[in-house]
Amino acid sequence: MQPTDIIVSYKGAPSTGFLDDLLTVADDKLSVLETQSKLRKKVYHILVEVLQNIHHHYDYNSKDDNSAVMCILARNSEGGYVILTGNFVRSEEVGHLKAQIDKINSLNTEQIKELYRSTLDNGETSSKGGAGLGIIDIARRSGQPLAYEFKDYNNGSSFFSLTVKISA
Amino acid sequence: MENFFLEGSTKTPELKFNGDTGSFLIEGRSIPENSIEYYKPLFEWLDAYVQAPKQKTVLEVKLEYFNTSSSKCLVEIFRKLEKAQAHGYDVQINWFYEEDDEDMQESGEDFQEIIDVPIVMNVIQG
Repeated sequence: MQPTDIIVSYKGAPSTGFLDDLLTVADDKLSVLETQSKLRKKVYHILVEVLQNIHHHYDYNSKDDNSAVMCILARNSEGGYVILTGNFVRSEEVGHLKAQIDKINSLNTEQIKELYRSTLDNGETSSKGGAGLGIIDIARRSGQPLAYEFKDYNNGSSFFSLTVKISA
Repeated sequence: MENFFLEGSTKTPELKFNGDTGSFLIEGRSIPENSIEYYKPLFEWLDAYVQAPKQKTVLEVKLEYFNTSSSKCLVEIFRKLEKAQAHGYDVQINWFYEEDDEDMQESGEDFQEIIDVPIVMNVIQG
């Protein structure tokens, strides 16, 4: 494990303002820290997508005190970035999410591009806007396999953690 | 017809659609959580516009960032313009990206792949 600098971190309730606040802080800090505009944009873009992905999948019905979300954006010693997120999802969503990420992880760059394009072309626009495009986009821009874990809490909720790496 | 204008914000782009000249602009950031809500009035305006479009319609897309939910909305906007083209009107989309922004360039190419209206790539020199 390389030493890392944490740029932003958040743990708490996914209140309405949390996405906005986190993005504003990350945007400000990245514009100072990251001189490569290409990399800065990529990191910010992926951060937007992972946070909105949390928002779309988050189990808002869970009244559990532990039902916080977390997000960390950090920079490693090689100048690359890592985004770590964690949130509760409804357990019945786990199978679908797992299958989706496993499928994307099994594809090469060109295949991910094709999948993105066909999903953009055919995917239904739901009120959430998603249609699975978000996770494909995250993988495509990161260019690296997505690491994830699900922990079942036996109460209908599972904790979903996702790690996205972005090379310098 | 009346023009369609929406001022931009930190999460939503400026929308400037001039129905008298057929010159349209989307500029800024498009990262709202619910993009459909933002773009819906524009969809409705465009549905009316394509009933009687100008002989030439040019849409300039100058986005710094857009999220995947916005990309769905862009597809919907472009599809409406396809209708005008299918009825014999000239339609062109100008896609702008900064010189080193390969991701934004590739996004333009994604749309080129799935949209029938010509999408012209334009580099903004840094």
